[in-house]
Amino acid sequence: MERILPFLSLLSRRRFLGTAGAATLTLASRPTSAEAAVEPAAMHSENVTLTVNGRRHDLDLDPRVTLLDALREHLGLTGTKKGCDQGQCGACTVIVNGQRINSCLTLAVMHAGDEITTIEGLEKDGDLHPMQVAFVHHDGLQCGYCTPGQICSAVALLAEHKAGWPSYATADVATAPVLTDAEIAERMSGNICRCSAYPNIVSAIREVAEGGRT
Amino acid sequence: MKPFRYERAGSLASACASATEPTAKFIAGGTNLLDLMKLQIETPTHLVDIGPLPLGEIEETADGGLRIGARVTNSALAADMRVRRRYPVLSQAILAGASTQLRNKATTGGNLLQRTRCSYFYDTTKPCNKRVPGSGCAALGGLNRMNAVIGVSNDCIAAHGSDMAVAMAALDARAETVAADGATRTIPIDALYRPPGNTPHIETVLAPGELIRSVVLPPPPPGRQLYRKVRDRASYAFALVSVAVIVEREDDRVRAARVAFGGISYKPWRSAEAEAALIGATATRASFDAAGRAALRDARGYGYNDFKLPLARRTLRAALADVTGVI
Repeated sequence: MERILPFLSLLSRRRFLGTAGAATLTLASRPTSAEAAVEPAAMHSENVTLTVNGRRHDLDLDPRVTLLDALREHLGLTGTKKGCDQGQCGACTVIVNGQRINSCLTLAVMHAGDEITTIEGLEKDGDLHPMQVAFVHHDGLQCGYCTPGQICSAVALLAEHKAGWPSYATADVATAPVLTDAEIAERMSGNICRCSAYPNIVSAIREVAEGGRT
Repeated sequence: MKPFRYERAGSLASACASATEPTAKFIAGGTNLLDLMKLQIETPTHLVDIGPLPLGEIEETADGGLRIGARVTNSALAADMRVRRRYPVLSQAILAGASTQLRNKATTGGNLLQRTRCSYFYDTTKPCNKRVPGSGCAALGGLNRMNAVIGVSNDCIAAHGSDMAVAMAALDARAETVAADGATRTIPIDALYRPPGNTPHIETVLAPGELIRSVVLPPPPPGRQLYRKVRDRASYAFALVSVAVIVEREDDRVRAARVAFGGISYKPWRSAEAEAALIGATATRASFDAAGRAALRDARGYGYNDFKLPLARRTLRAALADVTGVI
């Protein structure tokens, strides 16, 4: 069902979800989805405690539930988006133990004890994260659907660069690379933006990497 | 996704014992397996999560090589300074594959055992001998642009998608496995994969329940290392053709050479023919072209992927020119 929602975003998808009701949603859901209620063979559930944005949540989940679906459907954290649901678009990017991952390609039950950060967890006491501020300042988005994933990805990117990780754009992998625009673009290639806000996304990331807005 | 029983591995022995069931699967990073499970191409009834097992370290071996735990992520391996300094071709190859998000989850063992990305393997409305044995191969007469050109059969022309494994093949890496009965063995990466023949659904020599616990890199061979990848976009795409080369030059001659290709076969394709053509030859473009011709001598295109033969030769020539400094 989530596949069609990006195209409905102008209608306010939140209101659409609120009024359409469960029957409509089941009609549109893919049979292969992990939203398991329609699968009678899904008998047992697993207990798992997820720590999301510093809060612990005790959940009983069908083991098929991806981390993405656990966040969105079970914890109501809809900031993390479902795009392709197969690890190709990056809209579902979250930060787990400091590293960005595609939450659509991992099972929630595999994350007991992990520290999970979503877009909702980046602001502190009402103040946006510097990366969120930079995306606004540089207009690093158009429709906004990929933006939570882009921002989580960008926040983790800076930590990876700080740790000295090389990338495919690094000429000599034995050296700690300088974060050029080519490095930023390569390191963000797991986040697709179909509005193609890439230049402004790169500008936003560069600004934060250089110490933020002055 | 079909329902399955989820088990956190308590020990290596119990994990292997659980996974001997024919419909059981190990899971580590899950980036390929879960994708295939959503499409019901993989339908395990039992998943054994090896996350709790102590297979996440990279250690020095006594002879100056490295032992890489099966659960070491692609990111951790590519960023390890010992790998970056001594095996740069491996870092380069890993960083050429997928995205950071995927490399942060994908593991060393899982990368080796990933399934093909042949579009007909993924399309459950089409015949595929790998997915449904005996159903036929839609790629043979289909849009086979991404498919293999060497070592494959009339039953399957699927290509292996790993970049990491190509570098490992060039480095003479070996997989260390453990079976349910506790037996261990060491398998050269090159011997891990079975030719498709008329059983393309059987992809490796591993027995049910046999787990890759580590990959060993021998001490780095002398010479300069390079991974070169050609793909449809600049990042985050599977290889059309890739090549890992390790070349030692002495004056104007090639003293030692290792060559492995990606994107052209069912496995990372180490080319003894190219290496034999290079060793002792003068480091010239003519020699590099001869090595490319030797490497692709037994290759054939299947229509849309005919371009891979000249592309593989040219990619090898460019990589060899780069690594030897020949203009």
